Amino acid sequence: MWSFFHKLGSPPWLYAISGVILRWLLPLTLLALAVGVTWGLLFTAPDFRQGNSYRIIYIHVPAAVVALAGYYLMAIAGAINLIWRMKMADVAMKAAAPVGAAFTFIALFTGAVWGKPTWGTWWVWDARITSMLILLFLYLGVVALYEAFDNKEAAGKACAVLSLVGMVNIPIIYKSVDWWYSLHQPASIKFTGDSTIDSSMLYPLLLMIASFYALFTCCLLLNMRAELLQREARTQWVRKLASAVRPH
Amino acid sequence: MGAKTRQRSAAPLMYFDSLHALLTMEGHGAYVWTAYLVTTMVIATVLLAPLRRRRHFLVQLAAELKRAKGASGTSTRGER
Repeated sequence: MWSFFHKLGSPPWLYAISGVILRWLLPLTLLALAVGVTWGLLFTAPDFRQGNSYRIIYIHVPAAVVALAGYYLMAIAGAINLIWRMKMADVAMKAAAPVGAAFTFIALFTGAVWGKPTWGTWWVWDARITSMLILLFLYLGVVALYEAFDNKEAAGKACAVLSLVGMVNIPIIYKSVDWWYSLHQPASIKFTGDSTIDSSMLYPLLLMIASFYALFTCCLLLNMRAELLQREARTQWVRKLASAVRPH
Repeated sequence: MGAKTRQRSAAPLMYFDSLHALLTMEGHGAYVWTAYLVTTMVIATVLLAPLRRRRHFLVQLAAELKRAKGASGTSTRGER
């Protein structure tokens, strides 16, 4: 167990193992996404109230779920970096921020496009939507803060503090549809009690949620690998990799 | 109509009868396809950006190492 954590702190080991994982995970993820999208778009019946616009659910909900999970990951990695000064946690945190921002953007954009035929408007300053917009700004804030510092260690600490403070937004996002009167519908999938979504729509949605989690993992690993190389530019293992590259 | 309904419930067939029906989605096509298209573009960017960054970095470092090697002559002392 401990040897695993020791290995996790070793950049060349992490670079190599993430390469092996990606070789399998990335094609499987793309395949699962293709199956999920085809299933949701072509082989499900339309919603009896919303018609075909509901098909946006197959990207909107997975993107929102993963955007929130990504924030947990980023904040926890930040905390690990602050407490134990683990460099790889800092790499993970920096890698998670742009990916989380992209998934939050997808959730907001698809929500706006879904809102137009359903609510008659692209945007409302509603509790759920506004708190998701704040999540996007938190992610972008972490990206910008990293770039603002020359000293990478100070940047890591500042970003860790920012992401931990931003954690207060997460329960607000989850509970916003219950605490405030909202145009946004409450959750359709429930871990406790019956889900308010038909199983013919639920299965492709669950597949898409799992695929988006895998996609987030792939993006995170790809970003971590690029970051690791830059941070370890002066080491022998990175130079060895570079010397094997053909320049075109 | 009845036959059509029976056919649909008998097997998990495609919901749309034609390509035109799939594209228009009874008036919601523009919304649905825009959402999927933009999502695909964002995902492609997020996947390709780190790959490009990694490649660009390695090519640059390789050129740097080659230059350093050239500057130090044929000896390999310049390498660390």
